[in-house]
Amino acid sequence: METVELVGKKLELDADGHLKNLNDWNEEVAKEFAKLEGLQELNDRHWIVINYMRKVYEEKGDAPSIRKLTKESGVDTKELYALFPKGPAKKAAKIAGLPKPKGCI
Amino acid sequence: MSEQIEKVSIVVSRGSLEGVYPGLIMANGARMEGIEATLFFTFFGLDAIIEKRMDSLSVATVGNAAMRMPGGLKMPTWLGAIPGMSRFATTMMKKEMEKIDIPPIREFIEMIKDAGTEFYACKATVDMFHLTKNDFCSQVDDIISVGQFYEKSAGAQIIFT
Repeated sequence: METVELVGKKLELDADGHLKNLNDWNEEVAKEFAKLEGLQELNDRHWIVINYMRKVYEEKGDAPSIRKLTKESGVDTKELYALFPKGPAKKAAKIAGLPKPKGCI
Repeated sequence: MSEQIEKVSIVVSRGSLEGVYPGLIMANGARMEGIEATLFFTFFGLDAIIEKRMDSLSVATVGNAAMRMPGGLKMPTWLGAIPGMSRFATTMMKKEMEKIDIPPIREFIEMIKDAGTEFYACKATVDMFHLTKNDFCSQVDDIISVGQFYEKSAGAQIIFT
């Protein structure tokens, strides 16, 4: 089992390197994950995306697609890629403590 | 683990709805994975980026041996030629795509462009069809020759659809 030591705790990861247990997540964990992904700081816009993703995951059981993010989170595609360079949906899901999104879009 | 793909160049050569979507989905998917993507439209694939045509692409029902009717029964190929059949299949496919969150062509192209994908039209086809840059949607970066396409594809995996 892969683990990562963050905020003084050993946290279990899934095969994609995302957090295994949703309950291990908190804002401090998110900030640490962000650093691992090369984002030194999370601003208000990052948090809008992260919180929106967690909300959708709680309701639907899967992280939202880029299209849903663009249409509903209030952050458009261009900004999404600027906030989370190299793969916003995947990166934001990781920081939000969610599994890698299953959808293709 | 083997080497990761860093860059893809996707050629869209067909102008039917089912001919255009695979290339767009692959380009969008590439960007989602952090892979650089370039789209090159050629021959009838140009319809997907022609301002006046991109909203009216349709499913080709003639000559498709894999075509099924609602319910899964195989559709005899001659039935595909009946007037209205293509329109019907197009409506059905668009409805099903919307359900799984695949956007209409125009919206998808905007999204893929905003994701940082480059869009090019093939010069030979543009000349053959007597088109100009003004005929294309604003997302198209340029009209380029096949030579320029290869230059831009340096280091990329080329995917022909």
